[in-house]
Amino acid sequence: MEAGRSHWAIGLSRIRRNRGAAAGVVIVLFFIAASALAPWLTDDDPLAVQFDQRFAPPSLRHPLGTDSFGRDLLSRVLYGGRLSLSVGLIAIGISDVVGIPLGLITGYRGGRFDDVVMRLVDLWLAFPGLLVAIAIVAVLGPGLQNVMIAIGIGGIPGLVRLVRGNVLSVREQEFVEAARAIGGGDAHVVRVHIFPNVLAPIIVLTTLRLAGAILSGVGLSFLGLGAQPPSPEWGAIVAEGRAYLREAWWVSTLPGVAIFATVMGFNLLGDGLRDAFDPRLR
Amino acid sequence: MLRYVVRRLLHLVPVLLGISFLVFLLVHLVPGDPVRVMLADAGSPEQVERMRHQLGLDRPLHVQYVSFVVRAAQGDFGRSIHTRRPVAHEIGFRIPYTVRMAVAATLVAVAMGVVLGAIAAIHHQSPLDYGTMVVALAGVSLPNFWLGLVLILIFSLYLRWLPPAGADSWLHLILPAITLGTSSSAIIARLTRSSMLEVLRQDYVRTARAKGVGPRRLVYRHALKNAMIPVVSIVGMQFASLLGGAVIVETVFGWPGIGRLAVDAIFTRDIPVIQAVVLVAAVIFVFTNLLVDLLYGLLDPRIRYA
Repeated sequence: MEAGRSHWAIGLSRIRRNRGAAAGVVIVLFFIAASALAPWLTDDDPLAVQFDQRFAPPSLRHPLGTDSFGRDLLSRVLYGGRLSLSVGLIAIGISDVVGIPLGLITGYRGGRFDDVVMRLVDLWLAFPGLLVAIAIVAVLGPGLQNVMIAIGIGGIPGLVRLVRGNVLSVREQEFVEAARAIGGGDAHVVRVHIFPNVLAPIIVLTTLRLAGAILSGVGLSFLGLGAQPPSPEWGAIVAEGRAYLREAWWVSTLPGVAIFATVMGFNLLGDGLRDAFDPRLR
Repeated sequence: MLRYVVRRLLHLVPVLLGISFLVFLLVHLVPGDPVRVMLADAGSPEQVERMRHQLGLDRPLHVQYVSFVVRAAQGDFGRSIHTRRPVAHEIGFRIPYTVRMAVAATLVAVAMGVVLGAIAAIHHQSPLDYGTMVVALAGVSLPNFWLGLVLILIFSLYLRWLPPAGADSWLHLILPAITLGTSSSAIIARLTRSSMLEVLRQDYVRTARAKGVGPRRLVYRHALKNAMIPVVSIVGMQFASLLGGAVIVETVFGWPGIGRLAVDAIFTRDIPVIQAVVLVAAVIFVFTNLLVDLLYGLLDPRIRYA
């Protein structure tokens, strides 16, 4: 029915027709743009303390109100998006750099190497994800950078397993055999023939993992293990407002909406991509 | 069956050894000198050496590991660097709280997830289906600490129905269980839906329908039990992620569980406490999954223990 078009073209046209994915793209782009353009969207300094403006409720002057130091929360959320989004992106980058090559190699080579790697992966997956991150932060010490590393490392085993699983199904196909038969070396076959064919599920999973990584990042910062005050990181903002829930409900709740919406955006997008590229996973 | 159980238990031995090895390594992964880090660079050289000796870090690595495993198997996790009390005491006191919360959250997750998933499947491709799935997606997207604070704001501070913190009565358990269970319920809802749709396509369901069984009875009497088989397997996995999520939810609600213990230990760099919490959580996870696998067979007689 959709003959003559590439896998990617078919997927793209399906995404365009998927309302959830479209909403996800809009939400994600909105928050990325809002944090990137923060200096042009607000004149308030996210760190400027103004005690006469303490706990101002949401108003035209301060759309999200102010916190216990009189800092404008809209400005903090806008600038904080840079931190919270980067934590997700960098963490995913770290797991991709290790997880994708490892998954490709172990899936392609098989044998004893594969046995050993998969044993380790299974072992690793026996630890609840957030606890792995917490253990790593415990070892490295609190801080936003260490949170990125911790979440990144924590994401490796699941990724290795996914990439390997997809490689296994591609490896046995005729075009791979053909590529080998005409003398393609292992590195060439993996790069040119296998990797492009496992890319779609990797992209789908990456989008969904981004949502999870952002959530873990803000969660660890909420616990005080990541961004430290006065940083406007989203989880840290919510944590700071927690003590004033009774007097100033907006300090914790309104910035939390930004976290929720961003994560929802990535999840909508990831779901849409999955439906488009791999209807079997639906 | 008994032989299967025994074999599965034997399979656990290398897994548990592997887990304990990774946990053991934690202390050696601390950049620089772990003893100095744990003492926050404050100790005199004599103190550092004394602590190194107390922690056994002056012995060869394999000797350390063997002694770590032997002691851990006896429930001895050493002493907290911060409080000087045995870690096992602290864990033993706190673990019932965490387990109680995780079990309550699991019940919330299964109840909400199965009902939502079944509703979505029954009304496949209707607005109700789409609506339910958007709600489920929202459920996995909610930061649990934020959800907890919003629930406290509404039900404790505004309506004054439920206590905002503490662990004295079962009333204290309601908000934490909902907070912790929500994201799992969303995952269970999605799985229940797809599994249910799968089952509804099968011949025996068509036969029942042809016989004149109504849609409601069809789902609850004929399809639900078989649709639950994959769901049972994910409940075990979810239980593990709940143990992780409990770290945050315990902090929000001032719940005296092991998650809160772990977080406090990070600030004091109390590595033995962290090791114990991570080890205990992983062991609980491994045994939960074994239990789930065994449950599987009871639910589905087609699964043979060969």
